[in-house]
Amino acid sequence: MNIIVCIKRVPDTETRIRVGDDGTSIDQSGVKYVMSPYDEFAVEAALRTREALGEGEVTVLTLGDDASQETLRTALAMGADRAVLLQGDVSHDGLATAKALAAEIGESDPPLVLLGAKAADDDQQQVGPMLATLLGRPCATAVSNFETKEGAVVCQSEVDGGTQVLELPLPAVVTITKGEFEPRYASLKGIMAAKRKPLETKDAQTAPSRLSVKSMELPPEREAGKIVGEGAEAVPELVRLLREEANVL
Amino acid sequence: MKILAVVEQRDGEVPGASREVVSAAASLAEEAGGEAHALLLGGPGVSDQAAALGAFGASQVRVVAHDALADYHPDGYSKVASQVVKDGAYDAVFLPATSQGKDLAPRLAALLDVPLAQDITRASVVDGALELIRPVYAGKAFTQIHVEASPVLATLRPNVFPAQERDGTAQVESVDLDLDPDAWPTRVVSFEATGGDVPDVAEASVVVSGGRGMKDPENWKLLDDLRAALGSDAGLGASRAVVDAGWRPHGEQVGQTGKTVAPKLYFAIGISGAIQHLAGMRTAGTIVAVNRDPDAPIFKVADYGIVGDLFEVVPRLTEEVRALKAEG
Ligand SMILES: Cc1cc2nc3c(=O)[nH]c(=O)nc-3n(C[C@H](O)[C@H](O)[C@H](O)COP(=O)(O)OP(=O)(O)OC[C@H]3O[C@@H](n4cnc5c(N)ncnc54)[C@H](O)[C@@H]3O)c2cc1C
Repeated sequence: MNIIVCIKRVPDTETRIRVGDDGTSIDQSGVKYVMSPYDEFAVEAALRTREALGEGEVTVLTLGDDASQETLRTALAMGADRAVLLQGDVSHDGLATAKALAAEIGESDPPLVLLGAKAADDDQQQVGPMLATLLGRPCATAVSNFETKEGAVVCQSEVDGGTQVLELPLPAVVTITKGEFEPRYASLKGIMAAKRKPLETKDAQTAPSRLSVKSMELPPEREAGKIVGEGAEAVPELVRLLREEANVL
Repeated sequence: MKILAVVEQRDGEVPGASREVVSAAASLAEEAGGEAHALLLGGPGVSDQAAALGAFGASQVRVVAHDALADYHPDGYSKVASQVVKDGAYDAVFLPATSQGKDLAPRLAALLDVPLAQDITRASVVDGALELIRPVYAGKAFTQIHVEASPVLATLRPNVFPAQERDGTAQVESVDLDLDPDAWPTRVVSFEATGGDVPDVAEASVVVSGGRGMKDPENWKLLDDLRAALGSDAGLGASRAVVDAGWRPHGEQVGQTGKTVAPKLYFAIGISGAIQHLAGMRTAGTIVAVNRDPDAPIFKVADYGIVGDLFEVVPRLTEEVRALKAEG
């Protein structure tokens, strides 16, 4: 079964965010970029599916600029078979991104498309189900585990208060959360092999973004509060403060 | 300005996050001169819950009742909701940023061909237009956004907007739509609830979270006792370290690769306060940390801290909270 995994290049989650001179985006100097963690889970899920079925090809796809080639190579080093870079602007409008991905995916029409449940930069948590809707395919989101069977994929979707099991007829779109998919490290051999794997670059069919950022600000620093005291003796005072000062008990 | 709040129902009740959305829609509509409607989907009999939404400011509640809508169905709900939105000429449509709302809203966006802003933490009316603020980089920054489309579609983060009761009654209107559930490709097989009556960490108004300092999954009994003492609105959370260790389910994980929570009170017990954990809880109202390391980064964001051994502090805390609640 051929699988496409959509991935995104984002700042490392350890990054200390500073606002750039334009006041609407981050200062990129010194920022290390990585594959979004949820996308790593999705790549891992795709590789495991290919391994379990013993056939099929895993293609990683991204919308971005040339720097995103590095992210694609990371996925190739993990074990993906080929990569496609759609060159185009990435905005905060997930629907514009979904349209660009749909234009590409619609052509090859693979039975399974995987994405991370959310990107660790704009946290919009939307491209997967939008893509599915544009393609007219069923979709399960925040999936912690899934199983493919004849013509369908059975997904465990994490919802508030429990787990929902959904069966989607193929072709389908699934967004992945961590769950069972602890991502593998690329081996040295994988990294060497990745250099020879096909990476195709195309112009994206981008739609205009209709969601823009007018300003970006850092949250007010939470004032470091007080250390109420040490050990169990401090508990009565803590409870008093929670009740009388913070009004939360 | 005409705003539609798409609400959820579960076990015959409209949950708090949905009441907050109705209330926020009503306040904004009022400010801009307009009205707020609510849309309620559910099984037969769901309209019983409709009138009560008037108390949160909806002037009209549109109800779509059908066997196939009794539980959330992504295909069915998105189809029905998009139909109601199209017919209603709304300027804005809000959903709660719950797991269901965040699943439904993107599908709605694609069907309506409008962008979507997830997880809004502030909304106001400026010069007759909506101004929305949302966190990015896991809450390390906040953006003010502009949406160039109508309706403005957004999900609102639970526990951030107040659910204000007011005098008001809603006119309840049942919407008849021709539904064809056989044409919905997704099959909802089952739902397995975790935690019984304990609210999900994303919805709880008080959260007790444990980290690696808990030492052993057996010790969660201590946290569960504290949770129970705090009341029925309290839920349990966890750091990634303990989820990775298999001590707690992933559904409880708070942080960058878990859930983002904004309860009014958050306890971080034996949690160091790594940046990825802070990402998930820094917008909580009041943060309490218990840690034996006085230099633990969690104390930099905590409003109140106790330096000490959690195995001594937590049982005492449970005792004191119990005593306080017994006093009433
Ligand atoms: C891409 C990525 C995503 C991540 N996502 C998340 C996420 O979503 N959520 C998350 O939580 N983490 C996340 N992490 C992991 C994060 O970096 C930390 O490793 C993790 O939060 C640490 O968990 P902890 O605080 O429980 O453990 P530790 O850092 O080991 O802290 C344990 C704390 O317990 C204290 N302690 C020990 N014994 C006692 C005692 N007897 N009494 C009192 N205190 C005691 C110690 O002083 C220490 O501060 C992520 C990391 C990466 C790289």
